[in-house]
Amino acid sequence: MQTGILLQLAQTLLAILLAPLLMGWVNQCRAWLQGRSAPPLTQPYRTLRKLFLKDAVIAHDATPLFRFAPYMIFACMALAAGIVPTIANDLPFSPAADVIALVGIFALARVFLALAAMDIGSPFGTLGARREMLVSFLAEPALLMVFFTASLISQSTELPIIVQTLAHREFAIYPSLAFAAVAFWMISVAENARIPVDNPTTHLELTMIHEAMILEYSARHLALIEWAVALKLFTYSALGIALFLPWGIAAQGDISALPLALVAMVAKLLLGGAVLAFIETISAKVRLFRAPEFLGTAFLLAVLGMLIHFLLET
Amino acid sequence: MTLSYHLQIVNLLAALLLLISFAMLSQRRIAGLITLFAWQGAALTASTALIAWSTNQHHLYYSAALTLVLKVIAMPWYFSRLMKKLDVNRVVEPMINIPTTMLIGIVLVIFSFNLALPISELSGTVTRATLGIAMACVLLAFLMMITRTKAIPQVIGFLAMENGLFFAATSATYGMPLVVELGVALDVLVGVFVLGIFIFQIRETFDSLDLKHMEKLKEK
Repeated sequence: MQTGILLQLAQTLLAILLAPLLMGWVNQCRAWLQGRSAPPLTQPYRTLRKLFLKDAVIAHDATPLFRFAPYMIFACMALAAGIVPTIANDLPFSPAADVIALVGIFALARVFLALAAMDIGSPFGTLGARREMLVSFLAEPALLMVFFTASLISQSTELPIIVQTLAHREFAIYPSLAFAAVAFWMISVAENARIPVDNPTTHLELTMIHEAMILEYSARHLALIEWAVALKLFTYSALGIALFLPWGIAAQGDISALPLALVAMVAKLLLGGAVLAFIETISAKVRLFRAPEFLGTAFLLAVLGMLIHFLLET
Repeated sequence: MTLSYHLQIVNLLAALLLLISFAMLSQRRIAGLITLFAWQGAALTASTALIAWSTNQHHLYYSAALTLVLKVIAMPWYFSRLMKKLDVNRVVEPMINIPTTMLIGIVLVIFSFNLALPISELSGTVTRATLGIAMACVLLAFLMMITRTKAIPQVIGFLAMENGLFFAATSATYGMPLVVELGVALDVLVGVFVLGIFIFQIRETFDSLDLKHMEKLKEK
């Protein structure tokens, strides 16, 4: 039990500390693919350090909610990162929430971000919050459908059991999971504010969604939000790995498999980050009003996955 | 799930076929449509060859080769040449907007899965579960033909429907006799050439490939 708790702590800390590195890797790949000279891999850490050292500037009209929101968002993401199995499976913390509750945790963070954006009353914040809500209310049912497909295969909504079923039993090809994987990719692109739904580097009012919401933040609050964004990307990647590429995650109580699991996780994240950067480079950002179509397609693929599960796999 | 691995791969390819059908339904550009059609042919070739290998049906190898030559190489090449020559407006405008089309598509899939369930229980082949997918592909291609106004997407829809029928034949009865298959392949080939000439003529007469203009030909 005690090793379990230690492992849980180690895994969560690892996720929190490694998340900016993943962000740095994606940025680096993107810069290479676009023919620019890349920022160093540790650039996100430097940005965070710079932001933490600065003095915070807060608008006169800000309510306590505005100050509180970054901590809440960061806490939600850290909690989610603790629940998703990255290197070890079935840790003591994972019964705290199944996949449905996990969607709820993401939603909680999002609601606080949107409320904080509207709190100041600047038009940009409100605009960003509305757009974010438009995107997320379409992404959430699709995400649930993806989870349902995985749950139907393993007969459980608990992540450890899903991972256990997919990784440690006899290998089988699940066509339904292929559909779910494509849908999950589209949803994570939308949820993490990446191209083609949102551009993480833009500050153009016509297109920005996520950036519009955090325009008013500075210093440590901004640092926490940036960190939470990196952590969210990390958690979504870990979720994708746990659902669709779970091989290598150590089984419960199997300490000897941990080094291999760590290597496997780093390799998968490096690959995933490179693929994300590649897709971002070859695709153009869609108009905001095409975003519902994009997410509608994701929902459709997830539903198709479920239907195919009933046709081919029962 | 106690299927052998090659049958699992056939199932995966069947799912891929369905996915490509949906992608075609949502594709706005003619060039993209042609590429997707070629990919659908490739998936069909792979699944036919796999079924042939796993069940020792030699005539299926010929069908797979025929599919490869005609639907992956010849027809996409012909279409892209046609597209360049006609210099058509490359964005297709569907009659119903794309999300609605997709929703209708989902309903069609559910319908055909339910329809295929009792039929596939009668069939004795190992791949009978994919019959529902084959029927869904046929219906989706049909939907594409209905919702597109331009000539080239309609022809591609027709060919995609033939793909679906072919897949249905292989999954329900290990394919039709070779003579029938050769006949169908030839028919489709000739049909495509005739339609290609037709497309030229439509364009000559109406200066556009939009088939709505043909309504003018109606006698009042």
